[in-house]
Amino acid sequence: MMELVCPAGTPTALRAAVEAGAHTVYCGFADESNARNFPGLNFSRAELAEAAAFAHARGAHVYVAINTFPRAGAQQIWHRAIADAETCGADAVILADLGLLAYAAERHPKLRRHLSVQAAAANPDAINLYASAFGVKRVVLPRVLSVQEITAINREIDVETEVFVFGGLCVMAEGRCSLSSYATGLSPNMNGVCSPASHVDYRDQGDTQEARLGGFLIHKTPKGGVSPYPTLCKGHFVSPDHKGNAIDGHLFEDPVSLDATELIPQLQKAGVKALKIEGRQRSRAYVAQVVRAFRAAVEALEADQPMPAGLLRQLTEGQAATTGAYRKTWR
Amino acid sequence: MLTGDMFAQSLQSVSGPLPALVRRLPAPPLPPALLSAAFTWLLGSALRRHPGVLARMGEAANARFLLDATDAPTLLLLHPSARRLSALPRRAAPPAHDAAIHGSLGAFLAMLHGAIDGDALFFSGALAIGGDTGAVLALRNALDDAEIDLAAELAALAPPAAPLLRLAVRGLERHTGLLLARPTTAALR
Amino acid sequence: MAVRMDLTVGPIAFFWDAERVREFYRGLAKAPVARVVIGEWVCSKRLPFWRHEIPDAIAALQQAGKEVALSTLALITLVRERKDTAELLDMGLPVEVNDLSALYHIPEGTPFQVGPMVNVYNEGTLQWLAQRGATRISLPPELPLASVAALAEAGRKAGVAVEVWGHGRVPLAISGRCYHARLHGRSKDSCQFVCGDDPDGRDVDTLDGQKFLTVNGVQTLGRTVTTAARQIGELEAAGVASLRLSPHIGDFAGVARAWAQALAGDREALLPALDRLLPDAIFSDGFLAGRAGASMGEAVA
Repeated sequence: MMELVCPAGTPTALRAAVEAGAHTVYCGFADESNARNFPGLNFSRAELAEAAAFAHARGAHVYVAINTFPRAGAQQIWHRAIADAETCGADAVILADLGLLAYAAERHPKLRRHLSVQAAAANPDAINLYASAFGVKRVVLPRVLSVQEITAINREIDVETEVFVFGGLCVMAEGRCSLSSYATGLSPNMNGVCSPASHVDYRDQGDTQEARLGGFLIHKTPKGGVSPYPTLCKGHFVSPDHKGNAIDGHLFEDPVSLDATELIPQLQKAGVKALKIEGRQRSRAYVAQVVRAFRAAVEALEADQPMPAGLLRQLTEGQAATTGAYRKTWR
Repeated sequence: MLTGDMFAQSLQSVSGPLPALVRRLPAPPLPPALLSAAFTWLLGSALRRHPGVLARMGEAANARFLLDATDAPTLLLLHPSARRLSALPRRAAPPAHDAAIHGSLGAFLAMLHGAIDGDALFFSGALAIGGDTGAVLALRNALDDAEIDLAAELAALAPPAAPLLRLAVRGLERHTGLLLARPTTAALR
Repeated sequence: MAVRMDLTVGPIAFFWDAERVREFYRGLAKAPVARVVIGEWVCSKRLPFWRHEIPDAIAALQQAGKEVALSTLALITLVRERKDTAELLDMGLPVEVNDLSALYHIPEGTPFQVGPMVNVYNEGTLQWLAQRGATRISLPPELPLASVAALAEAGRKAGVAVEVWGHGRVPLAISGRCYHARLHGRSKDSCQFVCGDDPDGRDVDTLDGQKFLTVNGVQTLGRTVTTAARQIGELEAAGVASLRLSPHIGDFAGVARAWAQALAGDREALLPALDRLLPDAIFSDGFLAGRAGASMGEAVA
């Protein structure tokens, strides 16, 4: 059966994911060592140890994301995170930074290393480089790749591949984006946040509501209606040309989410080992519902049954879903 | 699209409708000061039973949250680190606060009980945020992890707060038509 | 430990026609810059239109005493692109790696350079790249001064020259999707090279008219000209070896001269000079100051 790798932002969500049928849960410590460093989210050391014990007792694995890029002069924060993840019983750490990969390979050789999507390893050369240099055993593929490209990649590499199938969609190359720090001073790479809540401002302007990030207007919607979070790349912008015309809309991406349920059989044929669900910042209710549905999907695949579709439409942001880059028309 | 009808339906399944007989009884009036004392007692008790909430909130526990359940008779002001939950009359100028959440009582309960996904609540406009967004996020995440059940918190409360609050809760239930219990552990009273 | 900083001209980000490219490098041969990086780092579809200009440009620059390096693409995905990258190494010039996968083709022991599109945030990464053969690293523009200083020090110990973004619209993101084509209702495969219409990139504003970003094919840039003009002293004191000037239309040689004069002594005159040369530009230096990149703040002491 394909491995289902599920997000856990809190201990409660982790338990819910395991009980809903996750083969593996992934989580992070409550600090800047991972790319979901949001207020009130993530695990203390004690909580992680307890969670790992809970998961292991039920036959599930725990991966710890330490996938931001250590700050110069403060690398020890990330080094301690790796050591503590190992002590807590993590089955693997998910890393992105070259220096941190080298450190982990040298100082914690027995701790399984996975390559985060934040490493943006988008072709077999990159993956083979990381594999031979740092002994990574699995790579999480960037969401910009099509099924054909994933198939081709798997033919040229020896390590396992893990692919996102549901949740928030990052349209830029992950781990290589400074849009957030341009507007706010905080970035996924440096601080583990994108479009941080600390710089969000919702303002009522009569019959409209405005959502700003770092002072820049990202969304303007009718009051009382749908009010998307002002994630930068999902904003509504205007682009004028030199002739006085202007195009306005979601110039970078519509606020939709990824739902590649229908493509799971093809992903399996493409040689993908594990399916990843995005959403450590989502609630226990969301996680339980999504994991249950995807567990049903991978079991259906195992039993040669058709994929269940549309089960999860209500949960996708903006309530419209896309199969993302996996079908090549996206570009 | 999470429409108003769908939302009302999912709330019904989450917090069931009140028996018709009970709805016909008049709502007992309670002075805000008394209500505040009782709510603060309830909050203190809940925080003792769920110590992880304050820890998980971190800095955000110092924020004051204005909870504006639009179909409830009063406003609530929540100050987690001070362990204070006050009921305030609705006036032209709201009380000083760092963050505000507006929505129906049903939406608030759905958030408290983790019954409907927080993002779904916020994106659909069922809950609207103002002020310190980070603090609201911290509150939401802490509540989601804590698995609070209002009915259980009330049941665990000692007198004199308990009977007072049960009266207040009855009033709220009649006012809004909702049972204020967490879906998986709803007990009939 | 202070060293005299010099200037690097980065590769052209935009899709310029062959004639504009030719003019640009001809002008640059006389400019007071120490080194020039040439190559297509944004979109491989553009290469056939101007790659024939590259050998002459290299010759002219080398004749003028400039060091020349060749840049890889910033996002390598296609088989063709991987092959092109491997061939770049056979051209006998130092290669600036802007997609880490290019390193796969560089044998251990062969020196190489690292461009601003590679994530070098800390000493561990710098040291690993150094022992792998890196001789020069141009840092990611979003780094604050404190990190730059720590990395410059690590570079000094490891024998690696550390470079910082000095001038130009800063690269913020790269994607498999072409946003320029998308503006015209097309996809990357059928783009008809619309990015060529915007030699300095296409403006993106907010709904309330605030200048925000710039689209350049698959790349998204800031709208402001990110400048290190107010941090020259601090960067020098930190041991930064060079500053990167990123090509834009207009009097770029003039920009280079203004910068060279500032590095030689007259720092206060630089921003006013740049303002005169680029009257439509908005300048920002938030990244180095540890704030929002789009902001212009007080110089860091």
